[in-house]
Amino acid sequence: MSNQARPDGKTLLEIYRKAALIKQNDERIIKLMTAGKLVMPYYSPRGQEIIPSTISVFLNDDDYICTIYRGLHDMLAKGFPLGELWAELAGRVTGTCKGKGGPMHLTCPSRGMMVTTGIVGSSMPIATGLGWAAQLNGRGQVSVANFGDGAANIGAFHESLNMAALWKLPVIFVCQNNTYAEHTSMARSTRIERYSTRADSYGMPGVTVDGNDPDAMYAATAAAISRARAGEGPTLIEAMTFRFNGHLLGEAGHYMDKERLAQAKANDPLPKLRQRLLDEGVASEAELAALERDIAQQIDVAVTAAFEAPFPDVSELKRDVFAQQIA
Amino acid sequence: MSNATKLTMIEAINKALHDAMEADPRVLALGEEVSDTEEGGVFGATKGLSTKFGEHRVKSTPISEQAIIGAAIGASIAGYRPVAEIMLMNFTTVAMDMIVNHAAKLRFMSGGQTNVPIVIRTMTGSGFSTGGQHADYLEAWFAHTAGIKVVAPSNPADAYGLMRAAIEDEDPVLFIENLPSYWTPGQIDFAPVPIGKARVARAGSDVTVIAHSMMVTQSLVAAEALAATGISVEVVDLRTISPWDRQAVLDSVAKTGRALVVHEAVKEFGIGGEIAATIGEELFGKLKAPVRRLGAAYCAVPYSKPLETAFAPNAETIGAALRALVA
Repeated sequence: MSNQARPDGKTLLEIYRKAALIKQNDERIIKLMTAGKLVMPYYSPRGQEIIPSTISVFLNDDDYICTIYRGLHDMLAKGFPLGELWAELAGRVTGTCKGKGGPMHLTCPSRGMMVTTGIVGSSMPIATGLGWAAQLNGRGQVSVANFGDGAANIGAFHESLNMAALWKLPVIFVCQNNTYAEHTSMARSTRIERYSTRADSYGMPGVTVDGNDPDAMYAATAAAISRARAGEGPTLIEAMTFRFNGHLLGEAGHYMDKERLAQAKANDPLPKLRQRLLDEGVASEAELAALERDIAQQIDVAVTAAFEAPFPDVSELKRDVFAQQIA
Repeated sequence: MSNATKLTMIEAINKALHDAMEADPRVLALGEEVSDTEEGGVFGATKGLSTKFGEHRVKSTPISEQAIIGAAIGASIAGYRPVAEIMLMNFTTVAMDMIVNHAAKLRFMSGGQTNVPIVIRTMTGSGFSTGGQHADYLEAWFAHTAGIKVVAPSNPADAYGLMRAAIEDEDPVLFIENLPSYWTPGQIDFAPVPIGKARVARAGSDVTVIAHSMMVTQSLVAAEALAATGISVEVVDLRTISPWDRQAVLDSVAKTGRALVVHEAVKEFGIGGEIAATIGEELFGKLKAPVRRLGAAYCAVPYSKPLETAFAPNAETIGAALRALVA
């Protein structure tokens, strides 16, 4: 364990900044949805912030990621522009997808955010193809496939991991295991206890880590990224976590284990990381408060601009179907 | 043309792939058995490509249709131009999520930020006693999906020209190859064939037959036989099924006043319905007879030879339908 990579103070602070942005953004979405000002299907990533916040400190703008409908945390951690994000959520023409994609199809290729899919498991085959492109480019890029534990039981998981390993592609498969596939618990989805054990059957390393622990996530990601950038092939990281808001915002979550949910909320990784930054002298209370205020202000600006922007013209129905506008 | 020569359909496709890969280093090929190690495809359509351009660009894959199309999509949104082979059209069914939910929709859902310039080559066609899961024409499913183009050449020259155009196209193209036509030779001048343009394969004045792929060949035989009886048949080869050349079809039917639409797919809810309805909407009052349709019987492709022969339209049944139309 001693030779594992560990995040320094500056990196921990950056992980916290990303996680705090995800948390505040989530709170703002829920506030506006609850007030009836924002209407959309929302799959809250609250509780899973540390996973992408840690992974993305290793990623450059030209590294690719694909994620799924519960993927706002992945996008924000990699640097999704807040103004275009909020305009997209509000369905405005100034949104990153001109309001034509919405929360389940967030895309920002200039920063490597290539696909958000609403189909469970479909991030993996495309991320594999992006890994092929990265290999052909020969510039040491990596491709990250984010997906949930439910997707580990879809055929695309098998096909993608097998192909990526066979071709030694620079892909990091990140199974964010919040232990629920929509409403179905992991115990009612599989006989195995760790999805990472499947990696062995594809001939790639697989590791299960506490996804809410920045040290564990940092060490696992460092190993996977260095293997990928060196051309040695893919890795499966199973990051254990828990979602705080059920599958779809608004559903009661009766199927969830109340004790485990309470326990997960009591172990919220954000206040823990915040306290650690204070304890280790990485940042002062005043500095963290300023960072959090700055995030709130950025969200304020993005939200205000989003709701002031125009909706897309109906002529957009004929654009972006093909390269040439259809008749 | 000075460089006109004779090639079979499969040689024309092979040559088009070769010329495209030579002209543009972004062009890739992948699919089951496409490398020369696996004999360059079950019928040799990709023979020689991996030897000349390398296995990094021409990749044989495991039998993993979702991962094949996913890999093609991923590489394409990163700037490459993959030609993915799904050996038989019936096998597209196991990759429908990748084709329909992703390849066809990413441009629109991303507001034009990403696009998927892939070609999906697939072969099909009854006549080889392959039974119910190796010979279906499923073009209507894809033509009904906004965002993917569908082409189906009837001869080697169009196969070459359409393949070059499909590879250069900025959007996904499903390229349907008729298996029983593979070894039929034809004149070829290596000219480009634009997507979306039909061709008058035979000029006539009494009745128009609209067809694609193998049904063009059958219609031309029927037209020749009817010419001897004094009936002048115009044969319109669609070449592109979606987006189809409405103007060419309407021009021809406006001239002849009678139309028969023929396809090898099951007649019910086939593309003939769309074409017949459009002719009715646009030319009502100018028609000398109701628009007729011919398609395969409403059943799976049968095995037994007499059943298989009776399943799809042929020159005789097309001829009979044409005679009835002009009577």
